[in-house]
Amino acid sequence: MFLIHCPICNEPRSEDEFHCAGEGHIQRPLDPMATSDKEWGDYLFFRSNPRGTYRELWQHTIGCRKYFYIKRNTETYQIYKTYKLDDKSERVALDKEHSNKNKFGDLL
Amino acid sequence: MKKYSAFSLFKHGLNHHQDWQRVWRNPTPKKHYDIIIVGGGGHGLATAYYLAKEFGITNVAVIEKGYLGGGNTARNTTIVRSNYLWDESSHLYEHSLKLWESLSQELNYNVMFSQRGVLNLGHTLQDMRDIQRRVNANRLNGIDGEILDPQQIKEIVPYMDCSANRRYPVLGASWQPRGGVARHDAVAWGFARGASELGVDLIQQCQVTGFEIKNGMVTGVKTDSYGLISAAKVGCVVAGNSGVVASMAGLRLPIESHPLQAFVSEPIKPILDTVVMSNHVHGYISQSDKGDLVIGSGIDHYNGYGQRGSYPIIEHAVAAILELFPNFSRVRMNRQWGGIVDTCPDACPIISKTPIKNLYFNCGWGTGGFKATPGSGHVFAASLAKDEMHELAKPFSLDRFYHGSLIDEHGAAGVAH
Ligand SMILES: Cc1cc2nc3c(=O)[nH]c(=O)nc-3n(C[C@H](O)[C@H](O)[C@H](O)COP(=O)(O)OP(=O)(O)OC[C@H]3O[C@@H](n4cnc5c(N)ncnc54)[C@H](O)[C@@H]3O)c2cc1C
Ligand SMILES: [Zn+2]
Repeated sequence: MFLIHCPICNEPRSEDEFHCAGEGHIQRPLDPMATSDKEWGDYLFFRSNPRGTYRELWQHTIGCRKYFYIKRNTETYQIYKTYKLDDKSERVALDKEHSNKNKFGDLL
Repeated sequence: MKKYSAFSLFKHGLNHHQDWQRVWRNPTPKKHYDIIIVGGGGHGLATAYYLAKEFGITNVAVIEKGYLGGGNTARNTTIVRSNYLWDESSHLYEHSLKLWESLSQELNYNVMFSQRGVLNLGHTLQDMRDIQRRVNANRLNGIDGEILDPQQIKEIVPYMDCSANRRYPVLGASWQPRGGVARHDAVAWGFARGASELGVDLIQQCQVTGFEIKNGMVTGVKTDSYGLISAAKVGCVVAGNSGVVASMAGLRLPIESHPLQAFVSEPIKPILDTVVMSNHVHGYISQSDKGDLVIGSGIDHYNGYGQRGSYPIIEHAVAAILELFPNFSRVRMNRQWGGIVDTCPDACPIISKTPIKNLYFNCGWGTGGFKATPGSGHVFAASLAKDEMHELAKPFSLDRFYHGSLIDEHGAAGVAH
């Protein structure tokens, strides 16, 4: 059971006030007409689903109703931090992690 | 392998069951196999069994990081049915149900398959329309199904509250008499015993930690306890760990791993001789032969690899069951556990080749793959043996997520596993 610190309300609230909206930092293709089926498929359905550090979009559904991010561990259930949508620091960290790996799904 | 029979039971009884033969061998792996199956759950073991039995491929190893059948196979609530909505999925699950019907004889192992029928309740007008659509679709596909009204339901489950003054009154149900439950462990053990006897090596306590890939082709698996084991083909059947194993090959899947939990009560006298599921109040229940009520409901809504599940789900499941059976309010719960289920966006499995040659995945069964164990193993074995996907498996390829031909089974697979 999570005790989640809502970065907007700025206080810890219990898990069942929130709703998880799936993997965070997924960028919608900017030019729909120039986007291939492959790119749409990846955007819509394919997820990293790691055992370990994960960044997720959550909504404080029965609180302030605002969306925000949680960075947590899917194995230990530790929450590292919660942060607002306009916080760019994790985006930068994520890009770094990805550029270190071979590009997923390129072969399909 | 000695055959099990009433006579052998009697004979071994004479010396206090001291000298039963070991059920499977515990070999050290060879350097090379024709086919390696990663994951020794029911699906992996069934795949190995059918590879050896039906396709004569016996140079096969199943590599399991824990013990055989210790994943979701050991943690599920064992409901078996085939009344799915769409042609593709109902054909696949019906193929499996047909195999279930003769599985104990086929394996010479009692899997305790009990066709006690499955009820899927409807509580709203829309529920009833969906049930009519699904039952009619089932019948067109030659699958047994009936639509029952509350009076008929009452005859099958006299202790359920079907009165009109409930908050969510029962308006009707779909009824699949051929559905039921089975003994989960026995299914894994039966397939393991059969496969081992036919020459398949079952390697336990050995985790696959990576793949050897050359020129876009898989040539072996890396393991923690035996190093590199080479193979001409590799089939991964690792359920909740599919994303983790896929990433070892540099692949992503349209799968997310969520905890799904279940719990059982203290054993009570026989009260429920069928399976009751309700998508609307969101819970399901059956009674095991031991007498415990087996109860489950939904997944945690966030990803996780903790095999326990969150507390709000327990409360929610109990509330759902008490809506249907107020008389169970004082039954005490005995045990609770969780498994990691591999959910897919369209609530259907992935049985597919991958962009890496000779690397196959069979996953995404999510909350409902136990019923598919024999069928999934059978079509996956056929696909691996012939290097071409089995007809029943073809619609479940990975690239359906690129051309959009999803098979939406959320209706038939909601809370109903
Ligand atoms: C609580 C619960 C209730 C359920 N109820 C039902 C139900 O009523 N009806 C139904 O049809 N289905 C149900 N299911 C779903 C069903 O249990 C699964 O779909 C099915 O058992 C999957 O079988 P499997 O053999 O693919 O997976 P598993 O049995 O999980 O086997 C996968 C194996 O792979 C191994 N593995 C993972 N990673 C590695 C690695 N790197 N190296 C080596 N081995 C590895 C694991 O240790 C595991 O043993 C339920 C699931 C749960 C959790
Ligand atoms: Zn808030």
